[in-house]
Amino acid sequence: MKFGILVNEGPYQHQASDSAYLFTKAALEKGHEIFRVFFYHDGVNNASRLAVPPQDDRNVTQRWSELAKEHNLDLVVCVAAALRRGLLDENEAKRNGKNADNIAEGFRISGLGQLIEAGIQSDRLMVFGD
Amino acid sequence: MSDEMMDEGGKVKKFLYLNRKAPYGTIYALESLEVVLIAAAFDQDVSLAFVDDGVYQLCKGQDTAGVDMKNFSPTYNALGDYDITKLYVEKESLEERGLSVDDLMDIVYEDEDDDWAEKPSIRLVSRTEMAEVMEQQDVILSF
Repeated sequence: MKFGILVNEGPYQHQASDSAYLFTKAALEKGHEIFRVFFYHDGVNNASRLAVPPQDDRNVTQRWSELAKEHNLDLVVCVAAALRRGLLDENEAKRNGKNADNIAEGFRISGLGQLIEAGIQSDRLMVFGD
Repeated sequence: MSDEMMDEGGKVKKFLYLNRKAPYGTIYALESLEVVLIAAAFDQDVSLAFVDDGVYQLCKGQDTAGVDMKNFSPTYNALGDYDITKLYVEKESLEERGLSVDDLMDIVYEDEDDDWAEKPSIRLVSRTEMAEVMEQQDVILSF
């Protein structure tokens, strides 16, 4: 089956991102396809490479990056939600006159159309949120 | 799933945007509305549902001056222009909050199949009927 994944909550604060990650990983292990993982609302904070969690804890962002690398996942961060929360890639930093960017490897910033497309193209769109 | 074909080689699916939260206090309602407006450009079959505190999103006379936030409730009135004409509101959710349909905005759309007659977009449904509405969908985005 082809899944789309929507992550609506930030890391550590809420379990939604953990559940989404574990679901995505399990689905891939069972041979399913992940069309796209889309990060929205506070979920965009999962993409910050500046987060430094304690060493004895899971690293939510790094875990997503590694899974993306291993399975060629498309991790998309909503641009509108990202910008208002201070999540920027190099392009957006330049465009908005900011002196830093913080998007982790394997994530890309794009528009909400990518979420709708995931809904259209996937057999199931799984929403992980509050 | 509908097998009706669209120009862009895509398919038409039934999308339901399920609104469960109050309009201010958290950003869910505002960002949900942003998704809905984008979704309108994709020529899908879009419905909105309002349950639990989500029914407050449609209340008339919203005044946000005291909380220094933008009052985005007028946007719901524009949904008809985006061909979004199905706003399902759960009757029990209203009643549990001491509200009735009279407390909600008069949201209308112009029916192109009926000489552009103005018709109400809000459809009051029972909890049981809401379950049936959800059952008919291909994609449910819950906010």
